[in-house]
Amino acid sequence: MKNSINREIPDEILKEKNYQAYTTDDFGTPVIQKVAPKLRATTGSEKVVDSLEDVVLKTVKNGMTISFHHHFREGDYVFDKVMRIIIDHGFKDLTLAPSSLTNVMNDIVVEAIEKGVVTNITSSGMRGSLGDAVSHGALKNPVIFRSHGNRARAIETGEIRIDVAFLGVPNSDAMGNANGMDGETAFGSLGYALMDAQYAETVVLVTDNIRPYPNTPASIKQTQVDYVVKVDAVGNPDKIGSGATRFTKDPKELKIAKTVNDVITHSEYFKDGFSFQTGSGGAALAVTRFLRQSMIDNQIKASFALGGITKPTVDLLEEGLVDRVMDVQDFDKGAAESMHQNKNQQEIDASWYADPANKGAMVDALDVVILSALEIDTKFNVNVMTGSDGVIRGAIGGHQDAATAKLTIISAPLVRGRIATVVPDVTTVVTPGDSIDVLVTEVGIAINPKRKDLIASLSKIPGVPVYTIEELQKMAQEKVGTPKPLEFTDRVVALIEYRDGSLIDVIKEVKD
Amino acid sequence: MKDQKERLRRTMMFVPGNNPAMVKDAGIFGADSIMFDLEDAVSITEKDAARYLVYEALRTIDYGDSELVVRINGLDTPYYKNDIKAMVKAGVDVIRLPKVESADMMKKLEKLVAEAEKEFGIEVGTTNLMAAIESAKGVINAYEIATSSDRMIGIALSAEDYTTDMKTHRYSDGQELLYARNVILHAARAAGIAAFDTVFTNMDDEEGFYRETELIHQLGFDGKSLVNPRQIEMVNKVYEPTKKEILNAQGVIAAIEEAKRRGSGVISMNGQMVDRPVVLRAERVMRLAAAANLVDEEGNYIEK
Repeated sequence: MKNSINREIPDEILKEKNYQAYTTDDFGTPVIQKVAPKLRATTGSEKVVDSLEDVVLKTVKNGMTISFHHHFREGDYVFDKVMRIIIDHGFKDLTLAPSSLTNVMNDIVVEAIEKGVVTNITSSGMRGSLGDAVSHGALKNPVIFRSHGNRARAIETGEIRIDVAFLGVPNSDAMGNANGMDGETAFGSLGYALMDAQYAETVVLVTDNIRPYPNTPASIKQTQVDYVVKVDAVGNPDKIGSGATRFTKDPKELKIAKTVNDVITHSEYFKDGFSFQTGSGGAALAVTRFLRQSMIDNQIKASFALGGITKPTVDLLEEGLVDRVMDVQDFDKGAAESMHQNKNQQEIDASWYADPANKGAMVDALDVVILSALEIDTKFNVNVMTGSDGVIRGAIGGHQDAATAKLTIISAPLVRGRIATVVPDVTTVVTPGDSIDVLVTEVGIAINPKRKDLIASLSKIPGVPVYTIEELQKMAQEKVGTPKPLEFTDRVVALIEYRDGSLIDVIKEVKD
Repeated sequence: MKDQKERLRRTMMFVPGNNPAMVKDAGIFGADSIMFDLEDAVSITEKDAARYLVYEALRTIDYGDSELVVRINGLDTPYYKNDIKAMVKAGVDVIRLPKVESADMMKKLEKLVAEAEKEFGIEVGTTNLMAAIESAKGVINAYEIATSSDRMIGIALSAEDYTTDMKTHRYSDGQELLYARNVILHAARAAGIAAFDTVFTNMDDEEGFYRETELIHQLGFDGKSLVNPRQIEMVNKVYEPTKKEILNAQGVIAAIEEAKRRGSGVISMNGQMVDRPVVLRAERVMRLAAAANLVDEEGNYIEK
């Protein structure tokens, strides 16, 4: 059948996996039943273990769901250590349920798939050789992609039941009190991992830094932890976050960033006490800098900045331009290091951040968000998952969640190289056009026609031409031409859930 | 043609003719003129490729209101004839000849341009010309160069070669360019065409860039050649008229309207006669104000 945004969802998928097709971005106020994990009571005297192998053999069984977090990003050693043991001991039919998969995890996941060790995956995203393998049908069962908020929802409702969570931490005491902000491999907020710590049946902390008891501040608490494993190293500090934040010098990125700032400052939301989320990447950092100047010029302060945090956002906090930083992850060392210095840089878990099945999440109070896009179509639907070759190479992240903000801005160049960004139809819908309000490109902006109020307030910004999105799409097409349509087989290799757990799109196997 | 001569030319942005990404995006930064370079930015092995690329770009890409200029290879190279043919055929607005030292060089260019126009069925006289002056001899002959052809829209100082020729180099205070700048500016003004200042290449020296731009603005240059799109905004800021200048210009223009309405040849404002230079300056101020988004569609000043 076709869902409400006209994407074909195979009936057998809806039936077999008991899915609803996507209908609306309004979650409504349904009654939700949360689940709670089983546990074995202990006084904790035997939690510390020297051998990761022993713990894996003691806790993992064939067919289980195991999870990891991706806060170490490209510097992660824990995922590889655990998966090596699992593969070498010939475990079968595991479901992998990490918060996301980074490139450094690719090779071993591909190996685990090839050997039948991993037969199901749910993740925020994947890239590189793993995305390529999945898009070419390496995994029998389709991967389920979930946003950060949706993962929290699915864990809380039992759709994802984690048997064993292997959580790398830069410090812990012998009982499992741990945080992400101290130690050589500090990455800042433990936001995504806090879900696993709270809901997994067995929680294994992996650390290279055992601290005196009690270790505070404790983001993960001893009440949640079964084992604390000491290893020689949990991560490479140089690859965890980007080092010094580089401010883009690319004139096109700067122009887009400046226009994004113009859109924000000309909207009704730019007033004292507003809130915003900018994300990472060169253009987002540039927006933060332009926004800072506009806030100073207009004597406007923000009540909070949300989401993945960078050093420039922390600078705003320290300057008094932002009252609170609500921090689910940190993208650079500066943001990670400042966490224990700034009491107003609040660590939040993925549920608090973005879970719709909640008594309110931070994104529900969010005024302005700037998001990116691999593609955006004339219905404002956004793809952040599949590339121009149809192959998986992205992540939902908080895209669907933050897009529910009052003013959702997509910042993207009209074309990238010879590839159009603004297209008639995106290859994969991740975030529905109904959530998107303004597209900012280097040539001008397009406003979602549903937002008549924004058309009124944003149509006369000096030097910012307003086009219809169809006009922008045509401009892109005139620049780069019309590509040959991508070819896919009928086989579904991945499902894109919307944040409410309905199916917004599927990804099919690419035909080479 | 008259319209061509009076347009704003605050910024002439250099774009290497062999860089597809930069050629593709050259139109998005709001440069008054875009100058695609087939000369120094392009190595010998890429001369043909760059010529084809710029030709296709000129035929395909919408560069909006920007004036499109191509710097062709010099008359002492084997490339300029093909450059001229391709650029005339592509319909470029202006051909810029480097290292010009005499009116004869421009006349030679003009002849080849006219031949190309005939060959490709383009009305003779369509393609405008400009000269880059890069030597002591060029500066001495600036006026004859500026008046060498009806097609001339401007002359530009190119300081790197010029300072070498003068046995000096560029200094931050620009004293070494004082004579050349003034000669070129006078030649351009006497010929009724535009005068362009040279490039400023150190992107890390913002203060120096502003200092130089303020100087050439004060002297009376139309604008400046630029090596980076990020400089456009900075030049435009220097050329931005003040609120007082805009309000005064509006008064002058209202007085013109009033005189027209009364059928009077004498324009007066606040009881004083407004003479022609004042009118011209007012018109230029309003063009600059409109380009800087300081006035709305009806010409009313927008409070910031």
